[in-house]
Amino acid sequence: MRIPDSILHIDRRIIFLLIGAAVCIPLILKPRFQDSPTPIVQSIFDTVERLPPGSRVFLSFDYGPDTAPELDPMAKALVRHTMTRGHEVSFFTLFPEGVGQIKKITDSLLPLEFPEKAYGRDFVNLGYKAGLGGAINTMVVNFRTLVNADAEGTPLDALPITADVDEMVDYVIILSLTAGDPGLKEWIQFAGDIAGIPVMGGGTAVVAPELYPYYPQQLVGLMGGLKGASEYESALVDRYPAFRNAPMDATMRMGPQVVTHVLIVLLVLLGNLAYFLGRADRAGRTGQGTQAGRRP
Amino acid sequence: MRRRIPLIITFVIGLVLITGYFVTRAPFNTLYESFSDYFAIITVFAFILGGGSLLKIHLKRVSSRATDWHYSVVTLVAFLVTLVIGLFKVGNPAGMGGEILAAGSWLRFMFDGVYNPLSATMFSLLAFFVASASYRAFRARTKEATILLSAALIILLGRTPVGAWMTAWMPESLAFLELPNLANWIMAWPNTAGQRAIMIGIALGVIATSLRIILGIERNYLGRGE
Repeated sequence: MRIPDSILHIDRRIIFLLIGAAVCIPLILKPRFQDSPTPIVQSIFDTVERLPPGSRVFLSFDYGPDTAPELDPMAKALVRHTMTRGHEVSFFTLFPEGVGQIKKITDSLLPLEFPEKAYGRDFVNLGYKAGLGGAINTMVVNFRTLVNADAEGTPLDALPITADVDEMVDYVIILSLTAGDPGLKEWIQFAGDIAGIPVMGGGTAVVAPELYPYYPQQLVGLMGGLKGASEYESALVDRYPAFRNAPMDATMRMGPQVVTHVLIVLLVLLGNLAYFLGRADRAGRTGQGTQAGRRP
Repeated sequence: MRRRIPLIITFVIGLVLITGYFVTRAPFNTLYESFSDYFAIITVFAFILGGGSLLKIHLKRVSSRATDWHYSVVTLVAFLVTLVIGLFKVGNPAGMGGEILAAGSWLRFMFDGVYNPLSATMFSLLAFFVASASYRAFRARTKEATILLSAALIILLGRTPVGAWMTAWMPESLAFLELPNLANWIMAWPNTAGQRAIMIGIALGVIATSLRIILGIERNYLGRGE
């Protein structure tokens, strides 16, 4: 086997091993990469920052455990920011698995970092509602028809945070963390455009490109993948240095992402180099063969 | 008659919903609100239909010993166990009145200990297969493939701090050529233009299909039965 062929037909298990190492080694060594927010991320931060304390914020966790490594850091950063600013946060989800994602935040991050915040006063879990984009439409048309109690069945009127919430427009902003459909796109189409509520949020790196057409008119800002989350975390730490020692998941996970991206780039370049060398080699041999055939 | 009645219902509801969206006066606005409420109720019944369909398909596979029927047994057991634990709040410290995913409940344990790691594992495997597939298939064979490959490499590097570090030496006048700026430009302009074209195309297709359904031209959703 010639060298280009052996490179082209490299055992895929070697590639798997390299990717495994590219993920694991940075996780152990924990390199820190400095990031700065791009305008599309900064606009979310600025909007949350400018809201007067006590503003009602709607935070929809439209994802499940599969995309949690990308979206959980965004959720934590947004919760840290909104709670620090003293906003009243209503958690919600259009994904059945999203209930578990909300519980992770309300059961671990909030009691640990914001023990003074009380359920029903500073935050509430409105739970999951079926109906995909249709559920958003129903909430905009008649909020209380679909959402009349929190996830535990406590009537909204019995909770101080939701007692005055009668319509979707009672929320000043909608934040959605999206892994696909339904997600940010549906919040823009059924709530943002119809009810005029500013919509912003984050999406996985796969979903983010589909959301760019809505920015900046219909979508205030967007965090794309782990990089977007890392940018938001850096904005948060810059504004509130108290978070400097808080575990910033996206910033920590950028290490494996950086090394893996670089490795994939190198693999693609190597694959192309081998491809062109092999092609030149084959062309050379064909030329020699033709010349040999012409000999008398 | 079995086909005509659904067609009439579809036509009337379609017409009312379209009119209700644009005309905000009675009776259209109230009808629009009512239909939105009905939608929320009907959607919940879809879960029963989905569960029933899952049971029917997998029970059939098990009974006929179809290829890989063992997986159907796993699906059925997982479905029924989760359903029973969730519906009757088995192992919930607070009993039937407790929160569905209360701390210490069996369902919470299944979510955190089984579903969570399984989902994350399945999704994580993508990184390995994407790397292997990129290595084998991402070739600059044609002009189009070369453009795609170049854009992908710029995005891959531009979306990491390494991209900024690699091109940080560039003078201010050439700042637009720095990898993060190039990556942002690709996302903001060529990507947005392409996505908008796709979205407008899809929207036109959805409008055309919806009209065909409302007018009874498209009848595939009714099934094949007479």
